[in-house]
Amino acid sequence: MNALWLGVLGTSVIAFLLKFTGHSIPEKYVSNPRALRINTLIPIALLSALVGVQTLTEKGKWVIDQRLAGVAVALIALSLKAPYFVVVVSAAVTSAVLYRL
Amino acid sequence: MNRATATQSLSVSFTVGLYGTAFGAASIAAGFSILQTCLLSLLTFSGASQFAVVGVMGAGGSAISGIATASLLGIRNGLYGLRMAPILKVRGLKRVVAAQVTIDESTGVAIGQEDLGIDAMKQGFWLTGFGVYIFWNIFTLMGALGAQAMGNPSAWGLDAAVPAAFLGLVWPRLTGKFERVLAASSILLAIALSPIISAGLPIIATALLAAAFGWKERT
Repeated sequence: MNALWLGVLGTSVIAFLLKFTGHSIPEKYVSNPRALRINTLIPIALLSALVGVQTLTEKGKWVIDQRLAGVAVALIALSLKAPYFVVVVSAAVTSAVLYRL
Repeated sequence: MNRATATQSLSVSFTVGLYGTAFGAASIAAGFSILQTCLLSLLTFSGASQFAVVGVMGAGGSAISGIATASLLGIRNGLYGLRMAPILKVRGLKRVVAAQVTIDESTGVAIGQEDLGIDAMKQGFWLTGFGVYIFWNIFTLMGALGAQAMGNPSAWGLDAAVPAAFLGLVWPRLTGKFERVLAASSILLAIALSPIISAGLPIIATALLAAAFGWKERT
């Protein structure tokens, strides 16, 4: 089995187990406020980090290219409260135009 | 059957399902096959985790770091399950199905129906869960087929569309200064670590930042 298959199946198995565990644990065991607080912050940290890495690195190196312009446009669109679709498409168009120049 | 709940479930399902196109395209751009892409949507069925595993592995990360990042992002589905279990009260096969469709949207719509009573909450959960499942998978396939027809992902701006898609997902959560400082610190930490440790790990490392930020109660 190659790495991509391992990624697909491993992610799927763990994703299901996490969901199912939540449905199966009695509520009283996991109401620790610190755990709840940290758990709401984890997605914010991980998703932000992913945005940064996908925008400014390539294969472990720092790279500034058309992606940064695309994401900057997305950021502007988000701050103007544009719909999600517009955010993604405006980033793609910006980046594609710069790439093809 | 509550009409307002049904309408909300359907509109959430369709809108969110559309993003499946972005995932399908991103997954192909990262080097996954159409079958692998569709299986991720059918089996993993959790947008952030799916984007994470293809993002990390597409950037050259190992399967382990891809799975680990995706799984950290999937933890919150477990917490949603915890919240939904006493409302749904299901066992056996029904619990398995409920678990699979326990995601941001199904939980979000269910919680939003609290004023309408427990039946509306259940209805919102199931309708949204199944609705997103159906649309997400259809649009994943379409995105995957479309991306394969396109060729070089950079020429179509997919290399920026993927981080923009993530930014759009995290944006509504950046409600206050505290969250924004955490987001900015996470970006800086992950970028700083990128040349030093292997791909995927810089992202997982920011979970420690989240733990540090959440350790003390805010007043």
